Amino acid sequence: MSDHPKIAIKSGRLVDPKNQIDAATDLFIAESNIIAIGEMPDGFDPDITIDASEKIVCPGLVDLRARMREPGLEKKATIKSETLAAVKGGITTIICPPDTKPVIDTPAMAQMLQQRAWQTGRTFIHPLGALTQGLKGEKLTDMWALANSGCVGMSNALSPITNSLVMRRAMQYASTFDIPVFLHSQDPWLTGNGVVHEGFVSTELGLPSVPEAAETVGVARDLALIETTGATAHLCQLSSGRAISMLAEAQDKGVKVTADVTAHHLHLSEHDVGLFNTLCHVQPPLRGKQDRRALRDALKNGVITAICSDHQPHGNDAKLLPFSESEPGISGLETLLSLTLKLVEENELSLTQAIGLITAGPADIAGIDAGHLSVNARADVCIFDPVQEWVVTSDSLVSRGKNTPFMNQRFKNKVTATIIGGEIVYTA
Amino acid sequence: MNFTDIQFDNKGRLRHFLTIEDIPRDTLIQILDTAESFISFGQREIRKAPLLRGKTVVNLFFEPSTRTRTTFEIAAKRLSADVINLDAKRMSTIKGETLLDTVSTIEAMKTDMFVVRDAASGSAFLIAQHVSPEVRIINAGDGRHAHPTQAMLDMFTIRQYKKEFADLSVAIVGDILHSRVARSQIHALKILGVKDIRVVGPKTLIPTAIEKLGASSYHRLETGIENVDVVMMLRLQLERMEGQLIPSEQEYFHLYGLTEEKLKLAKDDVIVMHPGPMNRGLEIASSVADGEHSVILAQVTNGIAIRMSVMATIMGGSR
Amino acid sequence: MHKTNVNALLDKMAQDIANRHLNKPLLIGIHTGGVWLANELHERLELQDPVNTIDITFYRDDYQKVGLQPNVKGSHLPSDMHHRDVILVDDVLYTGRTIRAAMNEIFDYARPDSITLVVLVDRGGRELPIQADVVGEKIELSANQHIKLKGPDELTLQITTAET
Repeated sequence: MSDHPKIAIKSGRLVDPKNQIDAATDLFIAESNIIAIGEMPDGFDPDITIDASEKIVCPGLVDLRARMREPGLEKKATIKSETLAAVKGGITTIICPPDTKPVIDTPAMAQMLQQRAWQTGRTFIHPLGALTQGLKGEKLTDMWALANSGCVGMSNALSPITNSLVMRRAMQYASTFDIPVFLHSQDPWLTGNGVVHEGFVSTELGLPSVPEAAETVGVARDLALIETTGATAHLCQLSSGRAISMLAEAQDKGVKVTADVTAHHLHLSEHDVGLFNTLCHVQPPLRGKQDRRALRDALKNGVITAICSDHQPHGNDAKLLPFSESEPGISGLETLLSLTLKLVEENELSLTQAIGLITAGPADIAGIDAGHLSVNARADVCIFDPVQEWVVTSDSLVSRGKNTPFMNQRFKNKVTATIIGGEIVYTA
Repeated sequence: MNFTDIQFDNKGRLRHFLTIEDIPRDTLIQILDTAESFISFGQREIRKAPLLRGKTVVNLFFEPSTRTRTTFEIAAKRLSADVINLDAKRMSTIKGETLLDTVSTIEAMKTDMFVVRDAASGSAFLIAQHVSPEVRIINAGDGRHAHPTQAMLDMFTIRQYKKEFADLSVAIVGDILHSRVARSQIHALKILGVKDIRVVGPKTLIPTAIEKLGASSYHRLETGIENVDVVMMLRLQLERMEGQLIPSEQEYFHLYGLTEEKLKLAKDDVIVMHPGPMNRGLEIASSVADGEHSVILAQVTNGIAIRMSVMATIMGGSR
Repeated sequence: MHKTNVNALLDKMAQDIANRHLNKPLLIGIHTGGVWLANELHERLELQDPVNTIDITFYRDDYQKVGLQPNVKGSHLPSDMHHRDVILVDDVLYTGRTIRAAMNEIFDYARPDSITLVVLVDRGGRELPIQADVVGEKIELSANQHIKLKGPDELTLQITTAET
């Protein structure tokens, strides 16, 4: 990245939750960093001037969980294809779970992934290292080495650690080196082969179900271990109101635990499964409307501090199957911004709150320097038009995964430009 | 999208028979009435009507069931269709041929109707959404979801003995959780106007929110069948029980097995039904299965007429 | 209302049938009008065997086009029609397709010795080579006219003209 252009972004509404800025002002970029906000520095002669009037200028989005499918499942997607999708969605930093093939459980794998990302991608990719070797839930990985190879935290992804002693030791060891652990707290026995929330829809459709208790039992165990080990922990994609109450209680007691929610759990419920709509097959399952209410409330009162895409691109064949045999997951990179800001339209959140949940919020959880527009910070910027509409179609999606239940829906807040490290990587 | 959109065409004609849900009462009654006139076919010299002459019906059974498949086969043949039976094995992984691949391969050989049985809930819907518009699908059982022709033959049998549906009390006993039959029965009974629909079983075998389907749950057989007109037993699939859903056969039979003694709690003219095959001495005592209240053999006979009726109804008016 | 006296026609038809001196007569009425007429003829002919009924729904040649007709009545035919002289009764003979369907159905039950076709009205317009043996009345009607037997209490003929 040489010869960085000097960029002036003029007349936009600059929203930076971290620095508590919401003002019509200008932003100046040079040498891959933000060099000034407001007054143009003396002698600054921009190579590029972006007219951002009527637009919002915010930090580049940080997606706390997205799968690139590389290495291992390149037939579904690649780092190259998905980072192009990311920048179209205004995302400049991505945290990847370790459940690639092979698993990211060695420093060599961690470095290789980042190298691939650097060579082919246009987004900053931070891997999570595996909490146990091969995600098998038996033996700990070399966490210290993984962290030193760029892993921002450790996770066992969706593979459960059934042995509570192993989980306790993993947390103890990680906390020794202040490495955050990212947990998918689900009781594997109660989850079983379930594919939808246990409720009316599972009864009506006769689909194997996941009771709410699968999550609350998992969260209860993990919270007890987090509290007693003093680990820095993050609960991934909570889906039920009861689990959120337990989380809030733990936070009140001073337990160091954060949580995220996926954009689709904030907008969909079990009822969207409709007639076996496999596009709504996600893990954990879409739950009841009261749960969705509780998730939204948890964003308002700060119990949950990040919204992620949980991007899981699939080929068509993964979803053209009977519901229980279809693969879970939604292609979500390109709808993250619009779905998050839809909560502003629906008067659930302020614009600053909403943007904070996809910038500074996730960056703080991952402990990375991103998601803000401070002077001298790396210039990762997203510019979007709050009024311009766009429609989700197979053609409009850049991601190789067209698997979204929001297909054909019309959204506002279209990204018009994305800048990473001072380079314009996407313009509409 | 709802069930009506898939099952009916834009002229309001029933095109697929996938679930009882959302089918209007009149249509169900018409299927029962039509079946009535097919009953006599068994006694004729030529047990055939020419309705499906030149049509090809494929029985696509991914889950083996000689019994159900045979009734569909006889039904189709009595309507003069050519019938092909395919007992197919299916890979539940993405490796190999997918369900839709299999279907489109057979469809390409000019199939007019598929009768589909599969272990996964929703399979018949998936197929109906992807075949060409002139192809008809009958769901012969999809996972735990629906088994609409079984429910219709049960309704037919109830009507034979009880005439009116409105004032009946009906108890469905056994493994409701895993039962596609129970789900379809509940929908059918509800649409036909039965107000007192009960499901009876231990809490491990009753799915959540069953009351939203229109049934009330009972956990003791004695109270569950008290004063009912109809007892519909379900088959208990032991291999599913894992020693957790029910502790043992003895305890289950003791608590939920239908015996002559317990049956006295129901109305004097109660009828006892079972979709078969029965586990005698587990869910039902032999003396009840073969007793005066049992209409289980009538169910078997009616199965053919109902399936003829459904086939004739959905296949007509295609050109 | 058409002025035809149905009862008078039935008397004449019964006489015509009797004149044929059928060996083992068996009355079959085609649903719905034919059944009413067969009942009347049954009384007049004083036959021993009850009237049988036939519902041609499952044998119609327009099933592929229009689908299954609702309110199927079902056929009630004796299990043994071998060596019987069937008297097949319908209200109106028009294209001949109903009779074709009825005869096909009869032969799926058994092989009768003979079939005598008896109709109240022959309105012409045949599309198949089928003729009645006993006819109450011939009425020439055009294609946009519709004739229907009303019953069962008092049998009357009703002719309506469709607006073009």
